[in-house]
Amino acid sequence: MLLTVSTTHSPATDLGYLLHKNPARVQCFELSFGKAHVFYPEASEERCTAALLLDVDPVALVRGRGSTSTDYVNDRPYVASSFLSVAIARVFGSALGGRCRDRPELVGKPLPLAAGIAALPCRSGDDVRELFEPLGYEVDLEPGDDASGNYRNVTLTGRKPLAELLTHLYVLIPVLDGRKHYWVGDAEVDKLIARGEGWLEDHPRRDLIVRRYLKHRGNLANDALARLAEDAHPGSPDSDERPAREAFVALADVRLAAVARALKESNATRVVDFGCGEGRLVEQLLADPQFQEVVGVDVSVRALETAARRLRLDRMPERQRRRIKLLQGTMTYRDRRMQGFDAVAVVEALEHLDPDRLGTFERVLFEFAKPETVVVTTPNREYNVRYPGIPAGGLRHSDHRFEWTRAEFAAWADAVASAHGYAVAFEPVGDVDEALGAPTQMGTFRRCA
Amino acid sequence: MRIEIPEYCLVVLVGASGSGKSTFAAKHFAPTEVISSDACRALVSDDATDQSATRDAFELLEFIARKRLAARRLTVVDATNVRPEDRAKLVRLAREFHAFAVAIVFDLPERVCQDRNARRPDRDFGPRVVHNHVRLLRRSLKRLGREGFRYRFQFRSEAEADAAVVERQRLWTDRRDDAGPFDIIGDVHGCCDELEALLSELGYRVERDGERFGVTHPDARRLVFLGDLVDRGPRVVDCLRLVMDAVAAGVALCVPGNHETKLLRHLRGRRVTMTHGLDGTVAQLEAEPPAFHDRVAQFIDGLVSHYLFDDGKLAVAHAGMKREMLNRSSGAVREFALYGETTGETDEFGFPVRYDWAGEYRGEAMIVYGHTPVAEAQWVNGTICIDTGCVFGGKLTALRYPERELVSVPAAKVYYPATSRPLVPDADTDAPGDILAIDDVLGKRIVDTRLVPNITVREENAAAALEVMSRFAIQPNWLIYLPPTMSPCATRDSGELLEHPAAAFGYYRTNGVARVVCQEKHMGSRAIAVVCRDADVARTRFGAQGGTTGIVYTRTGRRFFGGQLAGFERQVLDRLRAAADRCGLWEKLETPWLILDCELMPWSVKAADLVREQYASVADAARLGLARAVDALERAGERGADTAELAHRFRDKADMVKGYAAAVGRYNWPVDTVDDLRLAPFHLLATEAAVHDDKDHGWHMAQLADLCQGDGLLTVTDYRVVDIGDEASCGEAIAWWEELTAAGGEGMVVKPWDFVARSGQGLVQPAIKCRGREYLRIIYGPEYTAEENLARLRQRSLGAKRSLARREFALGLEALHRFVEREPLRRVHECVFAVLAMESEPVDPRL
Repeated sequence: MLLTVSTTHSPATDLGYLLHKNPARVQCFELSFGKAHVFYPEASEERCTAALLLDVDPVALVRGRGSTSTDYVNDRPYVASSFLSVAIARVFGSALGGRCRDRPELVGKPLPLAAGIAALPCRSGDDVRELFEPLGYEVDLEPGDDASGNYRNVTLTGRKPLAELLTHLYVLIPVLDGRKHYWVGDAEVDKLIARGEGWLEDHPRRDLIVRRYLKHRGNLANDALARLAEDAHPGSPDSDERPAREAFVALADVRLAAVARALKESNATRVVDFGCGEGRLVEQLLADPQFQEVVGVDVSVRALETAARRLRLDRMPERQRRRIKLLQGTMTYRDRRMQGFDAVAVVEALEHLDPDRLGTFERVLFEFAKPETVVVTTPNREYNVRYPGIPAGGLRHSDHRFEWTRAEFAAWADAVASAHGYAVAFEPVGDVDEALGAPTQMGTFRRCA
Repeated sequence: MRIEIPEYCLVVLVGASGSGKSTFAAKHFAPTEVISSDACRALVSDDATDQSATRDAFELLEFIARKRLAARRLTVVDATNVRPEDRAKLVRLAREFHAFAVAIVFDLPERVCQDRNARRPDRDFGPRVVHNHVRLLRRSLKRLGREGFRYRFQFRSEAEADAAVVERQRLWTDRRDDAGPFDIIGDVHGCCDELEALLSELGYRVERDGERFGVTHPDARRLVFLGDLVDRGPRVVDCLRLVMDAVAAGVALCVPGNHETKLLRHLRGRRVTMTHGLDGTVAQLEAEPPAFHDRVAQFIDGLVSHYLFDDGKLAVAHAGMKREMLNRSSGAVREFALYGETTGETDEFGFPVRYDWAGEYRGEAMIVYGHTPVAEAQWVNGTICIDTGCVFGGKLTALRYPERELVSVPAAKVYYPATSRPLVPDADTDAPGDILAIDDVLGKRIVDTRLVPNITVREENAAAALEVMSRFAIQPNWLIYLPPTMSPCATRDSGELLEHPAAAFGYYRTNGVARVVCQEKHMGSRAIAVVCRDADVARTRFGAQGGTTGIVYTRTGRRFFGGQLAGFERQVLDRLRAAADRCGLWEKLETPWLILDCELMPWSVKAADLVREQYASVADAARLGLARAVDALERAGERGADTAELAHRFRDKADMVKGYAAAVGRYNWPVDTVDDLRLAPFHLLATEAAVHDDKDHGWHMAQLADLCQGDGLLTVTDYRVVDIGDEASCGEAIAWWEELTAAGGEGMVVKPWDFVARSGQGLVQPAIKCRGREYLRIIYGPEYTAEENLARLRQRSLGAKRSLARREFALGLEALHRFVEREPLRRVHECVFAVLAMESEPVDPRL
């Protein structure tokens, strides 16, 4: 909400010319989200400081847009965010663009500058330092590194042309905040390329800056990265932030292949994917003519809509379309629509149930739906130590209610099989560690004749 | 001619074109009861005589007939039906829906038909057609009985048809006008000692005079026997005598069991295997004269497969009854009533696997049956098996209706070895029978509650609720109530307050409520606590497993203490149980369990992440930013810049944020042990015998004040009673509110003195909240008190919120009533599910 720019250049009051704002006056600008005030807390020959203060209208901010109560109590009016970038462009537009009528010789000249940013969102001091230090700034934080909290008052000092400092702030404040107040579209890529010229190409945290500036919109970010470096090979989304994720993506493919194979070997022709999510298994099964009917079931309507879009259901040829059905359903209510199928797959779904609902799930699946074959996969908890991102004893996903060791899964599966007249066989899925087993464990249940 | 037909049947009119079928149908049946092939032809082709449309017309006819029969409605098929293959289709249809097939034949002289057709302009298909019809009809006449028509009538002349009178008769099973009270007795199997003991326990006087039994009840209660009176036990003859005499005297009704029908076959001289105790019955009967044998045979022969009583609320049958067979008649219905249904498989003991009809049962009628010995009678979806295996050494059980009480006497001994499966099921496999079906909740639904009729749940809301319910909610057996949302009062027109008690009093005054209670509003999280006296109660009443004794859950049905706090639940329940012990609540209310509506503090227990990441965070950011801003403005002012007004404005902001931070801080404190929590119960919602929505809030407050005595965890809710018409009384309450909110309290909740209050427009808001000025900063943002903001925030619409509050209130109480009345789980679940669905409606969350 407050940005100060100071200089000790002599005479320091030249700052007024560079910013096109008279140090003697208090000026006010109307912006879409409130007002911006410009004034000078100090203006001497030795030292001059300009302040850009935002007065964000907190009520207009969320009018008609709130959907949860927390939308109405938020930090936006008080922090340095994309509002500040917009204000810099509007109020200091000429300075940002490197134009100055009265002191043209100062425009390209490195000056001793200091920028004070109040309440800059950041998880740690390092977040700020890794962005600004490579650009040649000294970074000062209040409160310091030891303090907890999600905001810091930040002071950047360095010798820079003013336009460069403003440009860095313009791009990097929203990157740190990560919550732009406006829609990020294609035009944003052009803006970033233009503003980033000359410094972003070689910034060590370039990929992070691009992705966060573009709000993690993967295709935009890849586009921008390709334009920033001819030889750039855009990695997978967010790969720099979550090293474990790639491993999980690869494992998901292996797992789907294993499940599809198990279903195929069961000679099933009519199958249900319980907890189908975005329909990746459904898609894979449709490609195999053995499966004459594939039903994807998920409790989330949104997931089903995504699945329908991904599978292009509306454009699928009629004969193909008749093989597939997407239904909202859940593992805790018995469901006539699930009866009479050859096989049901439950891929990475079990662990999203509270343990005390498992009994209901067992009955729904093995007593009422009662297919010939059930294929269940679930994480092998023992393997978690191999994932650096997971703390000791932690689970792979925040919604996992439990994860089982191999022995726990086997005990559960054996009990279920014997209670409902099935025989179960186990199989590791993914790279097998001799001591820990595979990352995923799979059980295939066959109904005894 | 009198045409006596069952009131539910499929009537097939048979006759040539022009024989007067339609005229007859119009005279004796309602227009909607008659489906005519001509009308169907017209519907599909715009031409009632278009023969090319016949195939489609008959498909339509059958379709309509199916819908009507499925709904158990008498249906008349008005077509020529002179061909046997056409009639066969209709007989099959009647069987499928367990309806009697009735044939009414118009065997009129061909001349009459020809003359009639000649007079009608639309029937120009020539005399050959009618001639053919008559020929086919004559050939059919003798075979109608064999074709499956249980009732057949024939008109040979116009006069005969004109003179006919149709009379509809109730089915034998139909005793809907008989509401009891009944005592329904499970399988006796010759255990007459236990039967006599049970009858005396139930208040009957049984007098024996030689071979005659006289059974009477001082309150004119009647007995209903579920069959299997004979075989295996020692006093089969006495059993038969007692029951037959009681039935003859009108004191009892009896449905047949499979053992009776087998005995009847034996008495009729058929060869039957002497197994399952029939040999014992035959031996005991040998001492009786042939006249007695005849009497028994006649008695059994006269028994009706099942009965439907009391306006359709109660049905009895030996082995159970499916909804689609209730109060209908067919061979299949009788078979089902006697044997139930088997899947064709056998279990580990070599016994046939029974099809679990009760698990799928979704009918309105309570179904009481026997046949399958169980250790304990248990409700499953509104059905109950009360054969508790007396002859195998179990007990003889009766169900009192309408009281729904079970009364049992133990068997004096094992009369017959339980060669079959073990009677007592393994505790681990004793899963609750009520598994909910997705059809019970999904799609557009209409829930009828006793407070608000026909509440509609929209399909997309149900879909949203399904996700929440299946991903986050507790076991449905525990989820017997969800609290309604609560509307705030209307806003003030001016001044620095948004909400004020006067507006709430005004609302109730306008709605004719004379007296209200104002309760201190605790700022925590809503918590519902279900407390059982012990694990046994939790198991039998809530189907709980693993020794749990209750549960504490949130207003969206999630477990309150999850994750790291899981250990708190048991401790909180233990403390509540001890409190109930201490104040003798169990005895006073004669209940082994209770459900409390409470507020649990601090707020940060449930919302720790939210408080830290959102609420506290905003205060941090604002403090950092505003301090810098004020400092910069003041420095600019010192050097002569005109920033005085701005500095003032930002100092105000800083003050407002300080107020906000204080408000957030007030409702949060660290919780290390259960003693750091505060639980403030404010409704004693229900106990075993009653939902306490008939008591006023004074009663609730008094019970709960007792409960909270002597335990620091439990917090008494302070309250004031206000006479809405008395200005002084209102003024005192307003002063109290001011005092509460000045001290940092959230505010208060104003409720009608009666738990449920109505006005001319229907249900009055069950509660209205008036929140304090400082507290509202957490809701509307730190700076909401700035005049420019207040002016805009005053315009808020409460209509949607209040409508939701009314409906959710009705649904929540309905769920409790249904639970207390021991309705099937799905009926309870339907209501709480609907509350959750309502909550997915988009409503301003600040209200």
